[in-house]
Amino acid sequence: MRRNLDAVWLVARREFIDQFRDWRIVVPMLLLISVFPFIADDTTRQAITFMNRFGGDLILDNLIPFVILVIGFFPLSFTLVVALESFVGEKERGTIEPLLSSPLEDKHLYLGKLFVGITTPLVFSFLSIGIYLILVSRRTVEFPSAYMLALIFMLTFAHAVLMVSSAIVISVQATTIRAANLMASFVVVPVAFLLQGETVLIFWGNEDVLWYAIAGVTLLSGLLVRLGLAHFKREYLLGREIDTLNFKNMYRVFRTRFVGGAKSVIEWYRIEIPLTLRQLKQPLAIVTILGIVCVFVSYFWVTVNVPTFIDITPERTDEFRAMVGDNIVTLDRLDEQLPAPLLFFYNARTTVVFLLMGLVSFGTLGLTLFMANFALVGGILGAADLVGFSPLLTFSVGVLPHGLFELTAVVIATAAMLKVGAQLVSPNTDKSLGESLLLSLADWLRVYIGLVVPLLAIAAVVEIYITTALIKLAFPHL
Amino acid sequence: MIECNDLSKQFNNEFWAVDGVTLNIKPGQILALLGQNGAGKTTTVRMLTALLNPTRGWARVAGYDVTKKPDTVRANVGVLTEQHGLYMRMTGQEYMDYFGKVYGLNAEFRKQRSQYLLEYFGLAEAARRRSGEYSKGMKQKLALARALIHDPSVLLLDEPTSAMDPESAQLVRNEIARLRSSKRTIIICTHNLAEAEALADSIAIIYRGKILLNGTLDELKRDVLGPVEYEAVFAEPFDAGELNLPEGVELAFRDATSLRFRVDAPLVVNPKIVNTLTARNAPLVSFQEVSRKLEQVYLKTMADAQGVTYAA
Repeated sequence: MRRNLDAVWLVARREFIDQFRDWRIVVPMLLLISVFPFIADDTTRQAITFMNRFGGDLILDNLIPFVILVIGFFPLSFTLVVALESFVGEKERGTIEPLLSSPLEDKHLYLGKLFVGITTPLVFSFLSIGIYLILVSRRTVEFPSAYMLALIFMLTFAHAVLMVSSAIVISVQATTIRAANLMASFVVVPVAFLLQGETVLIFWGNEDVLWYAIAGVTLLSGLLVRLGLAHFKREYLLGREIDTLNFKNMYRVFRTRFVGGAKSVIEWYRIEIPLTLRQLKQPLAIVTILGIVCVFVSYFWVTVNVPTFIDITPERTDEFRAMVGDNIVTLDRLDEQLPAPLLFFYNARTTVVFLLMGLVSFGTLGLTLFMANFALVGGILGAADLVGFSPLLTFSVGVLPHGLFELTAVVIATAAMLKVGAQLVSPNTDKSLGESLLLSLADWLRVYIGLVVPLLAIAAVVEIYITTALIKLAFPHL
Repeated sequence: MIECNDLSKQFNNEFWAVDGVTLNIKPGQILALLGQNGAGKTTTVRMLTALLNPTRGWARVAGYDVTKKPDTVRANVGVLTEQHGLYMRMTGQEYMDYFGKVYGLNAEFRKQRSQYLLEYFGLAEAARRRSGEYSKGMKQKLALARALIHDPSVLLLDEPTSAMDPESAQLVRNEIARLRSSKRTIIICTHNLAEAEALADSIAIIYRGKILLNGTLDELKRDVLGPVEYEAVFAEPFDAGELNLPEGVELAFRDATSLRFRVDAPLVVNPKIVNTLTARNAPLVSFQEVSRKLEQVYLKTMADAQGVTYAA
């Protein structure tokens, strides 16, 4: 442990010294902290004067926390410069090879550079916030609470880790600063959106909501650090071929994995699909358990908590049952309003959205969407219980017939998506990040085309023609 | 020592940068690895430094397997990369101290070793200056000193004098020659054939990832250019007429003032040739071996590999 920390510090220390000898980093940082807090303070003063004249309490109450967030973010934009310099800059100047030829381990190099990438901009960021807070304390405005300040400091820290870990992933995968800068826009744009989202939380939510932002950003940062560590390899830092888009090789890798050893579609279904399902055993178990838990938790939450919000009187129950009855009458024409192919398209699109969300969040957002869907089922059953329908009957006729196919398809698609995310952050000694991504996408497409699509197609037909008939049979009195 | 067998590296699942390289370099030997740009020299060195994993084959460097003990291999190898790789904002002293720490040397030994190497390479006076201010030769010498900070038993030098002016290149070459010792194994990758000829005990020529030739300079000359040639030069035009040459001698070339012989066993037949010529009252000025350079060996080997005719 001590040896590892010493090695990480050795890498970091040199970088710190080098940075503070580089005027291109020091001067803009100093300018940023010596000028921007004063500009921000003056702007705050003018905004407060304006709002005191014309109203706008909501903005007035949260203006200073918002400005703190922005002031903290500006020096953080330098994290990209520092992080990109640390790997691709060294690669371009040829200074990385002597370091890579040394006995330092990959994790020492990675963590040392990550530490520097986070610390320098963060110190300037906190200094900037500190100066601004001193200026604010001299004005007759409400000073943010210690709790709010702690939240903003944590959020700023999480931003720094997120940006640096993303930039290092990019830096390792590029051979020139130019290429890395091009790719860095993939970090700046989402983080800018994230900041806007957090601004919305500050103005319209309460302080506690910021915890969700902190948790989300920290989780994503942690996964990015893991991704960086998993795919940090000396071989790729020295490789020249990683900037080259080799479609032929990409197609070959993808096709070989997708087709496997099968010589016909039947063989593919007989050998390859069961093989992929066996490989998905663990994520399938996780997703299935999570799905079941979500249904039950949501069901119990609704049955326990909703009556505390809404007074469920017999009149209300009758109204609700009448509304359900009206809807059941229209089920006869459901195939006109929502034809089976269109329903299939919606469901297939949803599972693709799970994948896309999973790809940008290493599985977490895709899994969240999946859990939300299953929680919705539990919630509906809970609501049915509250208004006097049997939840078991509702589930048996309203969900189970098509759910047998649809829920199975969604579980399989989510498990495959989860595996894509997990593979990205798993160490792989003989495959590049691109190759790992291609292989896991081929696995995903295998189960998507082989199982999910046919199951969703059957589910759509069953839902439109059989589920509706069963509902009418089960609830004839409505 | 360095041993490798069938060492191969494939990139992108299609291009073999190194294909079946087998080498055995003993302690105290210097091997020059020659080849065109992109022939596979740097990739070979990077595999021997455990920077790249071989796709096929194995290598043992300083007694350790490069795939099983990469960190130990790197700890025992000194590498001079094609680009010197200096941190320009560090002084020479700081740079040496930093790499001393990287190689886990204790403070006292690190200080002694840095001072010794900086003095050895004539950099002691410039040690407190930032390396960005150094001349090209000084930078390369500092990089060489860095490669030696942990006194490695194996030294891998990739293009040690590339893009250097002749004086600086000569300085670095002299330093490499001084590094030869009974316990150290050295590989030099170079385009500079004179450098290879001057420094190396054995020479390997690599072409498209494959070793075409490997041996001592004399072995390579004999294998590629054939038996040694000797030339007799006359003071004035001399008509040798029909020469009764001893067995094992072949007349390779003649004109009015010189004769050239291809000889298998010079110790035995050269005195006989001289006797034959003097018996014919030839105005002999000199009789000496025709100088054959590594360049001829290299160019002929490359021409053969590419299927073109070698114009001597």
